[in-house]
Amino acid sequence: MDGHTKSSRLTLNEIERGITERLLSGTPLYYFAVAVSALLVVAALVAGVHSMIVGHDHVYGVTREVPWGILIATYVFFVVTSTGLCLVSSIGHVFGVESYMPIAKRSVFLSIATILGGFFVIAFEIKLPWRMAIYNVISPNITSNIWWMGTLYGVYLVLMIFEFLFLNLDMHKPAVACGFGGSIAGIAAHSNLGAVFGLLMGREFWHGPYMSIYFIASAMMTGTAIIYFFHHLAYKVNGEKLSQDKPMMESLDVVRRLGILLICVIMFFTVWKMVAGVAGQPGGKYEAVMALINGPYAINFWVFEAGFGLVLPLILFYLSKGKNLTMMFWGSALMIIGIFIMRYDLVIVGQVVPVFHELGVNEYKHLLPYFPSFHEIIITLGGFGVAIFLFLVGEKVFAGHKVESHH
Amino acid sequence: MKKQNLNLAEMKNEGIENISLEERRSFLKMGLTLTGVFAGGTMLSAVSSVDKVYASAGEYVEKYPYNPHYSMVIHVDRCVDCERCLAACKKTNDVPEYGYRTNILEREVPNAVGQKREFLPVLCNHCNVPQCTRVCPTKATYKDPQNGIVMMNIAKCIGCLTCQLGCPYNARYFSEEKYAVDKCNFCIDTRLSKGEKLTACSAACPAQVRIFGDLAVPDSRVYRSIHQLEKVVWVMRPEAGTKPNVFYTKG
Repeated sequence: MDGHTKSSRLTLNEIERGITERLLSGTPLYYFAVAVSALLVVAALVAGVHSMIVGHDHVYGVTREVPWGILIATYVFFVVTSTGLCLVSSIGHVFGVESYMPIAKRSVFLSIATILGGFFVIAFEIKLPWRMAIYNVISPNITSNIWWMGTLYGVYLVLMIFEFLFLNLDMHKPAVACGFGGSIAGIAAHSNLGAVFGLLMGREFWHGPYMSIYFIASAMMTGTAIIYFFHHLAYKVNGEKLSQDKPMMESLDVVRRLGILLICVIMFFTVWKMVAGVAGQPGGKYEAVMALINGPYAINFWVFEAGFGLVLPLILFYLSKGKNLTMMFWGSALMIIGIFIMRYDLVIVGQVVPVFHELGVNEYKHLLPYFPSFHEIIITLGGFGVAIFLFLVGEKVFAGHKVESHH
Repeated sequence: MKKQNLNLAEMKNEGIENISLEERRSFLKMGLTLTGVFAGGTMLSAVSSVDKVYASAGEYVEKYPYNPHYSMVIHVDRCVDCERCLAACKKTNDVPEYGYRTNILEREVPNAVGQKREFLPVLCNHCNVPQCTRVCPTKATYKDPQNGIVMMNIAKCIGCLTCQLGCPYNARYFSEEKYAVDKCNFCIDTRLSKGEKLTACSAACPAQVRIFGDLAVPDSRVYRSIHQLEKVVWVMRPEAGTKPNVFYTKG
């Protein structure tokens, strides 16, 4: 706190007054959004605690054969998002690319908000989270990707919080150090999350190095969508005109260009993933890929993953030329929806082909069913509630994450 | 190198009676290995199973890594799905209604010549390279260093269920009563440690489908079932690389 008062030359009382004033300056729509997101969190807490009391298997849609459901998908979505925000924002304030500077503070804050959303959801997904806190430390298994992922994301969160703190205290060097460390931890953690899926032998849809590589590219793509979407909203929250903030507009245009590149990268990845799953009909993988192309997940794949997630944003991002804000807003919004479905399909479709499908036994002739339960959906929404609530409150508390020019 | 000019058509038939036993064996081995490969990869001949299942170098053929090295050989064609094994397992190991440690799968082939249906008992394969233990973040599931049984330390299980996804045999489920993942442990706590020689499922089977024993003892039934060339022995999902200790055979 000393550093804060020194650098900004404000007393604690003044800071408190400033925050209070800003928090009270919202529009009715702002308070409505805050209330809705808070209610979602409360509802999710109730659903989560209830599921712990009565037992997950009574209220969740997951089964012995499909043990990972929408909550894992949501967790993956949030950590993908967080890592992406960290990586895209680091281009500016860690690696010194000036045009990325204006988005830095808000993006770092959002990366914290989104990973907390992810942790919120996973706390209700894991059946005994309190044991995790103990045995991850005293009984670590270093061959386990889950262990590495969890541990590295813990380190990542701490570094991101310190980075945000130093950014706000205008302490450039430690902020860069934390940002650099956060990026490394984020990449390591996130590729380990890919390996959680990718290194499972006998789960053909996931198996291989693809997942770790894809996850990093996908994270950055998600980062660009989230950065645009929330910057757009932030200017509405703060009652400012985005189009009049020239440095920010330029910065978001660079993010848009990066977004276009990464959409193309993910399209390329997706095409080859699908082609590899069909060519030669590799056992296990073929059935899963066909479930996406022409099976129960075809709408998810063609409409949401390909349409909302990739093609439409690509067209809108391109046509907007960085100037048409409505196009950019819708492009990023569709992309976020599409990416969420991408994560859902990635998690679920990897499990729907039974492990014994090649035996041709009566029990496992068909794809396994999964549909999220009411509790799971509420907790998923609660995860979004956490991230959106933190975003909304953060805008006021940190005064729109303004970046002061060092020139 | 001297080039040999052989005219096969003009050669005299030496007859098979002069071929040494050694040569016959190696020829048979080659045939079985090929059969294993060509049968779609899910079947392994006796020879290739020993090689593939234990180690690429084949050193375990002489010496198994655990002592006792528990194993089960399942005679598929003897199973009539009476499910006494399932009932015995549930009773012995307090398995809840919604779960199972062992199961019997049913394969129906309506167009088959003769028998149209067969049953496949499945359980934890107590793999030599188990994936469940590799992926567990807290070592809640581990391979017993002495007997090779894949065990659960239920106090450490966080319920992430990664082991359930890592297992290529669907051998695990989450027990709401134990607050941990539960699985077959060859009845080590309920029977073997109390002096019993067989698992509950093996003892309950009236048709000697599930032959349980110690692979480290060359005289045991399981050892003799696997170390022979007359009958095909296979393992489930060899492509998963887990080197199982549950074998399947017929006859």
